[in-house]
Amino acid sequence: MKKNLTVKVVIIFAVLIFFLFGIFGVPQSFTPAGLMASMQSRIHLGLDLKGGTHLILQVQVDDAINADSDRAIERLKEDLKAKKVNYAEIAKPDPQLHPELILIKGVPSESISDFRGVISDRLPDYDLASGPDNTFTLTMKPAVVKDTKTKAQQQAIETIRNRIDQLGVSEPVIQEHGLGDYQILVQLPGVDDPARVKEIMQSTAMLEIRQAIGGPYTSEQEAMQANGGVLPANAVLMKGRNIGARGQDNADSYWVISRASAVSGGDLRTADAGRDENGRPDVKFTLTGEGGRRFAAFTGAHVGERLAVVLDNKVMEVATIQEQIHDEGRITGSFTEQQTQDLSLTLRSGALPAGIKYLEERTVGPSLGADSIRAGVRAALFGMIAVMVFMLVYYRFAGINADLGLFLNLIILLGFLGFTGATLTLPGIAGVILTIGMGVDSNVLIFERIREELRHGKTPPSAVEQGFAHAWVTIVDTHVTTIVSAIILFLFGTGPVRGFAVTLSFGLAANLFTSVFVSRVIFDAILNRHQRGEALSI
Amino acid sequence: MEFFRNTNIDFLGKKWYFLAFSLIFSIAGLFSIFFWHGIPFGVDFKGGTLVYVKFAETPDLNQIRSAMDRVGLKDPKIQRYGEAGNNEVLVALEQRQTNESALDQGKNTIIKALESGEQQQAGKMDLNNTGPSSLQQYLLSKDPLHLGIDAAPKYLAIAQQIDDFRNKQRGGVLKSVDDLRGVAPAEVVGVMEQDFYTSNFAVRNVEIVGPQVGGQLRKQALWATLYSLGGMLIYLWYRFELIYGLGAVVACFHDTIITIGFFSLLNKDITLTVIAAILTLIGYSMNDTIVVYDRIRENIKLLRREALGDIVNKSINQTLSRTILTSGLTFLTVLSLYVFGGEVLRGFSLALVIGILIGTYSSIAVAAPMLVAYTEWRVGKTGRATLPAASSAREKIKVKA
Repeated sequence: MKKNLTVKVVIIFAVLIFFLFGIFGVPQSFTPAGLMASMQSRIHLGLDLKGGTHLILQVQVDDAINADSDRAIERLKEDLKAKKVNYAEIAKPDPQLHPELILIKGVPSESISDFRGVISDRLPDYDLASGPDNTFTLTMKPAVVKDTKTKAQQQAIETIRNRIDQLGVSEPVIQEHGLGDYQILVQLPGVDDPARVKEIMQSTAMLEIRQAIGGPYTSEQEAMQANGGVLPANAVLMKGRNIGARGQDNADSYWVISRASAVSGGDLRTADAGRDENGRPDVKFTLTGEGGRRFAAFTGAHVGERLAVVLDNKVMEVATIQEQIHDEGRITGSFTEQQTQDLSLTLRSGALPAGIKYLEERTVGPSLGADSIRAGVRAALFGMIAVMVFMLVYYRFAGINADLGLFLNLIILLGFLGFTGATLTLPGIAGVILTIGMGVDSNVLIFERIREELRHGKTPPSAVEQGFAHAWVTIVDTHVTTIVSAIILFLFGTGPVRGFAVTLSFGLAANLFTSVFVSRVIFDAILNRHQRGEALSI
Repeated sequence: MEFFRNTNIDFLGKKWYFLAFSLIFSIAGLFSIFFWHGIPFGVDFKGGTLVYVKFAETPDLNQIRSAMDRVGLKDPKIQRYGEAGNNEVLVALEQRQTNESALDQGKNTIIKALESGEQQQAGKMDLNNTGPSSLQQYLLSKDPLHLGIDAAPKYLAIAQQIDDFRNKQRGGVLKSVDDLRGVAPAEVVGVMEQDFYTSNFAVRNVEIVGPQVGGQLRKQALWATLYSLGGMLIYLWYRFELIYGLGAVVACFHDTIITIGFFSLLNKDITLTVIAAILTLIGYSMNDTIVVYDRIRENIKLLRREALGDIVNKSINQTLSRTILTSGLTFLTVLSLYVFGGEVLRGFSLALVIGILIGTYSSIAVAAPMLVAYTEWRVGKTGRATLPAASSAREKIKVKA
């Protein structure tokens, strides 16, 4: 029994230290200011508390479908001309509501089989249906429509992220917004200037493919030395992203890049990550007719050399040219899957693929966020101190149990937030309040039950035993019910509702531990020192 | 210390009073929802524009209203916000004035109206309404420190310093560009004095929500709440019996309707944080109900001979001390939030203040009597405690702590 208790006490302290680490990490100093700083770096506050700009955008994905069907028409016209198939008209009947439809009128009866051949060879993404008077309807396959829309959204996210990087915002959030279809959430902490943000987001990027003449070098000097102190007349020096390692371009790299570009973003039709015949990840892309002709000339002259993908005068990727590339090509190299995904995204992210519409705009001034934190924390502290004092007065010694449990509960909850990187928002604080309420409730349930058992004449050890046993069932029921609802809220909710669900489920899990396990250990420790027949202070 | 001991109150005997009380409040709320104020959704759910403005001196609301009138904004809601000493005003526009294609048009018009009351200085920018990144752009174009290529991060740092000083030291509104002396390098302040003036207001906070998002959010919040109630119902069905689950869910519904009804009666905006509060009160009310139910289940097994009504009464009385204590303590916390929590938390804490009172009441006055009513309806008035107690449930969880 005694040894058992020691083990339990050790467990409790281990948990305490573990979650204190979650809150503070390894602080630089143990002064209040140092601890505060490390806590602020570990626990992320939501925009409503910290201040900043919050935007929700709708990607008008139909634009992307329209662009795709426009390209299909352009392609179809070229191919039909090559096959000498006549037609009266190729048009889109309803670009607004049905951007995926193409109508072809007046194909002569004798060319229909040629026509069908062209469609199945060159436009595999479309379904062909024939109507009266040699009229045909091309419909983009539903799976392709969905894929194109999803891609447009991803590309918009990537483009916006590239743009926002210029602002130098720390911890920006740019992600899919779960509320409606094809919406994007942009959160920029500390930025209270939405007009400027919008201006930057909608500026177009300059994407180019150029020749990579030399590199990478670790410094400007090294680059100059490698070229004998003078750059070739047709080349410029550019900074590169640390190739391959996404998001870490702190290590500088320098490249010597041709001054002229082979093709630019406008010449690109598509770019997709895939695999070559040997199963290695690669990137396939297609160019427009004009771009294809220029690119064929360029790659034909530079087989075996390297090309560089340049975005806003920064080298994003470098790859070796294996063969002459016409309008369809691929970029291979020793890429990982992730790298090819990134590269194809970069290739596509020159400009926004589709229009965007603003659905929501919020700016929280930094001082307002600070005010609400201060007021909220002050109020919560008042409330908690009042509760703690009351527990001490009402339950005397056992009140210490409850107060320690409550305190530990908060530490575990904050530690969870520190470990998982979840953000604390105003609704999240609501979750904390419910947690505190239920924490107090668990203690009250147990203590009242113990008192009841004592009144029935049980000895202190058996009253504690019985009290915990009975209250345990109730506590499990209340907690599991609430955790079930919190999980459902997390699954079906967005933003604010989720913030509430996260802190609530963490808090309740912590509470099961503190109010049942920890409180029991303290009771047992007290009872161990008790003389037989001595009354329990509760 | 002990407040309640061996209470023996006939709660079930008062069930008609409870019913009357619940009906009066529910109907009053529903009446207001359907025939009076409706559900007073805030901007988050309804869409619209909110602009929070801080003034250097005590603002004159009539003057602001006539300024809005002059730029053609019809019936904007204009009210003081927060403590009087803060000089803050909230201007709200309805959805119909929020244009879909230019979401921030309403905001821009409001700012234009406020500027029209100012002695504008031709060609100059308003320092109090210039954000750090615009300021950085400006400094980059002027380059007063002759920094050359790497100027961007340095000017951003200066711009943020100025912004910090304005927000933290001066509460958001600067009196003149001269205030910046000592905060930013003298050369920077020098060029800024030529191009900036300071108005007597600053826009602190903006919320603009388009109708589409508002509608989606409303739908989603509703469904998420209903799903979570469903989840709880299923869990209680498994742990107790279906009727227990139904009773608890009906009690939660009752609390939600009365709370929303209260907001409707008072015409207070239901915002996202109020929804968080309603979710909290559902959790709280559910917790309270389960505690009573658990005791009923336990007593049904102990006191097989007694009538269900007596068992329920006894169970409520046995848990009464705990109920009052927990509710009282939680109420204390929430009340402190309402009183000291500031304007941002006001709606949130109001919902909790109402919710905790109602949630406690409903577990005693709605959830428990429902069990009895159900049994009486099933077996007629002579019915003993035939309510299934899910007797195996106790064994489902090992009693171990």
